[in-house]
Amino acid sequence: MLKIQDLVVKYGGITAVDGISLEIGQGETVALIGANGAGKSTTLQAVSSLVKIASGKIFFEGKDITKAGADAIVKMGLVHVPEGRQIFTRLSVEDNLRMGAYLSKDKKRDEKNREWVMDLFPILRERARQVAGTLSGGEQQMLAIGRALMSNPKMLLLDEPSMGLSPIITQQVFQVLRKLKEEGITIFLIEQNAYDALEISERAYIMESGRITLSDRSDVLISDERVKDAYLGGAV
Amino acid sequence: MTLSYILTILVSGLKLGAIYAIVAIGYSIVYGILRLINFAHGDIMTVGIYIILVLMNRAGLPIYVSILASVAISVFVGLLIERLAYRPLRDATEETTLISSLAVSALLQNILLLCFGAQRQPFMLPGFLTQGHTIGSVNFTNINIITFIITAIFLVALFLLLSKTKIGIAMRACSENMKAARLMGISVNKVVMVAFAIGSGMAVIAGFLLAGEYKTVYPSLGFVPGLKAFCAAVIGGIGSLGGAVAGAFIIGVTEILFAGLMPTSYTAYRDAFVFLLMVVVLLFRPNGLFGSTKGERS
Repeated sequence: MLKIQDLVVKYGGITAVDGISLEIGQGETVALIGANGAGKSTTLQAVSSLVKIASGKIFFEGKDITKAGADAIVKMGLVHVPEGRQIFTRLSVEDNLRMGAYLSKDKKRDEKNREWVMDLFPILRERARQVAGTLSGGEQQMLAIGRALMSNPKMLLLDEPSMGLSPIITQQVFQVLRKLKEEGITIFLIEQNAYDALEISERAYIMESGRITLSDRSDVLISDERVKDAYLGGAV
Repeated sequence: MTLSYILTILVSGLKLGAIYAIVAIGYSIVYGILRLINFAHGDIMTVGIYIILVLMNRAGLPIYVSILASVAISVFVGLLIERLAYRPLRDATEETTLISSLAVSALLQNILLLCFGAQRQPFMLPGFLTQGHTIGSVNFTNINIITFIITAIFLVALFLLLSKTKIGIAMRACSENMKAARLMGISVNKVVMVAFAIGSGMAVIAGFLLAGEYKTVYPSLGFVPGLKAFCAAVIGGIGSLGGAVAGAFIIGVTEILFAGLMPTSYTAYRDAFVFLLMVVVLLFRPNGLFGSTKGERS
């Protein structure tokens, strides 16, 4: 469904992503794991056209989206939930969701999606009229995911959905991701929280200093000694 | 000095404030989204006035048709400026775009100078508009009332746009977090164009009201009122629309009170007084009266 070929991204003189290739099939949940600064976020930003690509190609459903604009990519059903949530804190929860469906012209479908999102995250229904900045961190993350779901995506790019959340809230978020998986949404997930990411995904890529150093089935990686030492704190 | 004199100048102060408010909102909307201080905003006003004059005097169109046509043409000019002078600098620093806007301002003034010459041209409002009334001891004219009505309509329309419509909410979303807005598929260029269109169109109306007040037109007419409207936006807390309106009324009223109450030898300094007022406000409230104290967007 998503295919990245020899992607290179540079910031000034620094190479953040150094020629990575990966592929994600329809309905798959794939994790990209790595330390801070490994280039994971940059990879996602390159896919959704937020950063300029130095070289390489990106395909979504067989179409070349390397040069597509951010709005064209959303329209195709590939939606990015950014790191740090990036909800609109001065808008109400409702208006945030409305912005998630910005490109949609189908009001009935929007209404259906709204109900679906509010069923997934009942707290958003309770807080619909509240200004989003007053939500807790966990609620903001749910809003960020809910907002992305408003556009009926085929595939979600999730950047550190557990960042800054308590273990309990993290579990709630992952619970919802499992539900989305069941609904057939393809998920590409970035996490520092490697254990949860490997648990939920079928496959994973390990990224170090801009390169992919390892890739395998998640249940294989979770018991791999190198991965255990580097990303699971040896504790699992 | 009588009460009726004070009330009468208060009415003119409020009227001037209402005009500044229309201009200040244009500054504030564009600034909120692009962090661009568009110094050419006041000159769009002048362009609009000259277009009205040409359509009225040379093409012989009725005044109201001329105003509407001028709004349409000036919106186009505003969009053209955005496309040519600001969009190529979308990723540049705020200082760069600010200098670009000063260049556009100088360019517009000089184009007007070239086309119409430096001499002042009379600008008379139709008799109906200048008809005076007296209620109690306060004197005011139809144009005063119309100014208040127009400003109120603009404010309500803008409030509805920004709180109810998709494009309006998208404008607020962009002004808070442009990157996240792009991830929603919001086209930043479209949002910016809407902001410039609204700002330019409203500036023409403000320009018409202002020229009626000055009774004359000249190529640099809009520049200083534009600066004052900018001061109003700054005093109110730039980016905050309510703040811009409040700032505009504060400036309009204090300017007229200064001009009306000080000895005539000082009235020439009324512009300087307005700018001094901004400096004083900023000394005590660096983010303006209603600005967020949290600083820049995330």
